[in-house]
Amino acid sequence: MKIIVGVKRVLDYNVKARVKADKSGIELQNVKMSMNPFDEIAVEEALRIKEAGHAEEVVVVSIGPTASQETIRTGLAMGADRGILIETEELLQPLAIAKLFKHVIDKESPGLVILGKQAIDGDNNQTGQMLSALTGMRQATFASKMEFEGSDVLKVTREVDAGLESIRVSLPAVVTTDLRLNEPRYAKLPNIMKAKKKPLEIIPVADTGVDVTSKLSVVEVNEPPTREAGVIVSSVTELVDKLRNEAKVI
Amino acid sequence: MNTLILAEHEDGELRAATLSVVACARQLAEHSAGEVHLLVAASDAEGLAAKAAALPGVDKVLVATDAAYEHELAENLAALVVKHADDYEHILFAETASGKNVMPRVAALLDVSGVSGIIEVKSADTYVRPIYAGNALATVRSEDAVKVITVRPTAFDAVASAGGSAAVDSVDAADIDAGVSFVGQELSDSDRPELTSADIVVSGGRGMQNGDNFSMLDEIAGKLGAAVGASRAAVDAGFVPNEYQVGQTGKVVAPNLYLAVGISGAIQHLAGMKDSKVIVAINKDEEAPIFQVADYGLVADLFDALPELSTALEAG
Repeated sequence: MKIIVGVKRVLDYNVKARVKADKSGIELQNVKMSMNPFDEIAVEEALRIKEAGHAEEVVVVSIGPTASQETIRTGLAMGADRGILIETEELLQPLAIAKLFKHVIDKESPGLVILGKQAIDGDNNQTGQMLSALTGMRQATFASKMEFEGSDVLKVTREVDAGLESIRVSLPAVVTTDLRLNEPRYAKLPNIMKAKKKPLEIIPVADTGVDVTSKLSVVEVNEPPTREAGVIVSSVTELVDKLRNEAKVI
Repeated sequence: MNTLILAEHEDGELRAATLSVVACARQLAEHSAGEVHLLVAASDAEGLAAKAAALPGVDKVLVATDAAYEHELAENLAALVVKHADDYEHILFAETASGKNVMPRVAALLDVSGVSGIIEVKSADTYVRPIYAGNALATVRSEDAVKVITVRPTAFDAVASAGGSAAVDSVDAADIDAGVSFVGQELSDSDRPELTSADIVVSGGRGMQNGDNFSMLDEIAGKLGAAVGASRAAVDAGFVPNEYQVGQTGKVVAPNLYLAVGISGAIQHLAGMKDSKVIVAINKDEEAPIFQVADYGLVADLFDALPELSTALEAG
């Protein structure tokens, strides 16, 4: 079985996002960019599945600008076998991304696709679900555990609002990762060197023939309203008094 | 044009999140001069249909019955919504684990963009949604014929649960996908209110040091009728289960009172609670970022402050 893993290059999660002065988006010049943390978890899970003997090949796919090659190389350094970049300088919406993934899947026929549940830039949490709907592959989102039951059935434990639930899906399937699925490995230096020689295919988005136009547009991006600074109280007694008599919330 | 909402329910009751989505739908209906319809999918929908019909501002309730709807599997719910999607301008879901699971499927099957987690309606086609963990707010416009949206429940005041009298229509169930099935669930057995709809939330962070110490928060939560939450650091450290997590990647809450204990205030945690009406922080580190968003801050060792707080609440 082949596993496709999606990876996205995003603003590093330790960097505070700053809105551009012209309100067109977030400042991404001269800031640290990294692999979306949920995608690191996806790569790690794919590698563990391969190491457990359930898969033969892990292919890392990114859709984005030229610099996304670095993100793919990170996945290859972790241990993935090869990479595919669908290159576009445009910021695409999840529907277009899902259609481009489908384009790759139609060619590659994977048994399993693992994506992060959301990217920490747009916070959309859509691509995996859309890909499942477009391809007819089964859907298991927000995974915190994946267990094979034979070669073509997967039991997935999912993080839901009230706790955990588990579902059984037949393969092929699309799984999206939640935080506690695993702890991703760090790429070791020799593997980073080796990753430079692994195959990375670059496909211009125009060559896919996929319609990536979107009817959803960003009008403007603003800073959120800031909270006014509060007061420091000196004791628990004063705190309880303020909550009872000033804020009137208890 | 009309708005369709997929209702969420459990144990025979509508989820509070759905009541907030109805409030959002009423705003959209004012812009579009349309009706608000609620779609209830359940294995036994009779009691639920009556409760849905009683929501003020709901004009019609559509009821689809099939045993397969009991477990909210995305494939089955999305197929049902798409089957009945004709003639709607807006299709709304709550931004919950269930709504997030289904909405993008419906959007993709209708070949339109999905709009995730809106917090404000500017007009029939323009909405505000947080991006970058709430560090920025994007105003987005959809020119799709049908707008498929998840609504952040904390951003809209829930409608009342009674007072309306909508018509109830039975509709056909959609085909059921045999390739996916529900296995089981492990839900927290807590008699506390649900985190995302509680009026008061008491949360602990890494400063709690271990899971046993959360009993101190439990005691206070009991006295306040509050839910108990946690930071990601506390969940990752194994102090409490993941469903306690408040933050960008956990639950978004906006209670009247949020009490953060031993929580430093990482960006990703603030994203999940900064819309709370009153925020209280108890932390021994006076430099902790949580104090920058707190209305009331107490610089103290939580192991001194919590017992004192518990006693003070009793005296009330």
